[in-house]
Amino acid sequence: MSNQTLRTVAVIVGFLLFWEGACRLFNLPTYFLPAPSLVLAEICAEPRWYLEHCGYTLFTTALGFGLAVLVGVIAAVGITYSKLLENTLFTLLVSLNSVPKIALAPLFIIWLGTGAKSKVAISFLIAIFAIVVDTVLGLRSADPGALDLMKTMRSSAMQILFKIRVPGALPHMFAGMKVAISLALVGAIAGEFVASQEGLGFVIMQSQGMFQTVRVFAAILLLGVIGTVLFVLVDVAERLVCPWHVSHRLEQAEIAVRVRC
Amino acid sequence: MNVVHGALQSAPAASKGQPFLEIKNVAKTYGSVRGDVPALSDINLAIRSCEFISILGPSGCGKTTLLRCLAGQDQPSAGVISIDSKVVSGPPDNLGVVFQRDVLLEWRTVLQNVLLPVEVYRLNLQEWRQRALQSLTMLGLAGFEHRYPWELSGGMRQRVAISRALLLNPTLLLMDEPFGALDAMTRDELNLELQRIWMADSKTVVFVTHSITEAVFLADRVVVMSRSPGRIADVIEVDLARPRDLAIRETGEFARLCRRARLLFEQMGLMRGSLRV
Repeated sequence: MSNQTLRTVAVIVGFLLFWEGACRLFNLPTYFLPAPSLVLAEICAEPRWYLEHCGYTLFTTALGFGLAVLVGVIAAVGITYSKLLENTLFTLLVSLNSVPKIALAPLFIIWLGTGAKSKVAISFLIAIFAIVVDTVLGLRSADPGALDLMKTMRSSAMQILFKIRVPGALPHMFAGMKVAISLALVGAIAGEFVASQEGLGFVIMQSQGMFQTVRVFAAILLLGVIGTVLFVLVDVAERLVCPWHVSHRLEQAEIAVRVRC
Repeated sequence: MNVVHGALQSAPAASKGQPFLEIKNVAKTYGSVRGDVPALSDINLAIRSCEFISILGPSGCGKTTLLRCLAGQDQPSAGVISIDSKVVSGPPDNLGVVFQRDVLLEWRTVLQNVLLPVEVYRLNLQEWRQRALQSLTMLGLAGFEHRYPWELSGGMRQRVAISRALLLNPTLLLMDEPFGALDAMTRDELNLELQRIWMADSKTVVFVTHSITEAVFLADRVVVMSRSPGRIADVIEVDLARPRDLAIRETGEFARLCRRARLLFEQMGLMRGSLRV
């Protein structure tokens, strides 16, 4: 794992050096393409201001994502157990998904105002689909043998749900959450693009209007960092919650070997 | 809680003279697109308490269907199954089941897997933990309590499944080709262990297999089934002394019993004797 991390860092550093070199070599105007050193200097010049906007975007993203997980998992359980919900809610959700949800962003500004609420709502809406679909898939693919076993012990429906279906669905749920966390950030930014006084999306829109390209890049860089951190958090949570899952086994085996050596 | 255990001691005594498990005129048909498919027909069998019964038959003879009916997972289309004179309409009390696949839960450690029935029946986990550890030690799994199933070999996984089925000391143990997926040596080893467990604490075992040798080695009686629809072709009494060791399979008496089962299959047209000397 550390080997791969090293490779990733090396590639990114190499890319930044290339960018820096290109800017200096061709003497590109700053409003067109600022060098990475300028972007970094810009962030370091006003760390508090950037931190506040980061915080706002992070807050709306996390809230939208959290709500999507909560509502999405409950909806998925409902859809798995109720034919009615499957025929109505699930059908509606699948057909709604063909609409690019970013197109709905202006509507949420009308309904919920230009504050944080509309951003959370868009973030939620765009993230929930992946969570519902993957959780439904996970809950449905419970091992029939395990269900038979539970039946011979006369277990209740609740026991089957919590001892068999939910733990078995966890890897699917995390796969959905990994997609959803990135989408939640997209949703929050889309909301900020449409109308906002805060957040990195607002920073981008405002700076673009004034041709402060350095600020646009600074915000994009910070968004990249936020996106990566959020994804890594979900990944770490997955490793903690389902260390038994097949995708982690190899790494564990490697670690075990290394510890023994 | 005590319901699970209360009946346990009284069961063998109560059934003296009378069969513990009785299958009367049982038939089972499955509905399908092309019409009804008969899976079982005219099954009659009385099993004594603490008896070891092997059900032997080719694939598709309905032996798994019969076992599912005994476990209360399926209802017979006709006829009655009763355990301790009580008609089976759902999974009976004091039941242990081992399937062909071990059906271990991947997210639970070995110990947590064995303790699953304790959780389902809402018994005291602390009390049963000790019993579970003993049972694992007995099956040669000491030191593996906290491993996950994927770290274990196929034979070890099936031992965990057996340990789980035995934990609550069931009076009836149903086994559906439990060693079918294991290599021959592991299979022999587990056959011996199963015999030892069965002899140590008396329980009624119904063991489904398609191996003639395994069926004869383990059973007091071998129920041979024929195909389409599944019927009982013959019941072979196995009068070999216990405990039996693997060498018993080389004796003339053992060979005679196996030959009898094989001849039945040949009559059904399932085996050609000339090809199997």
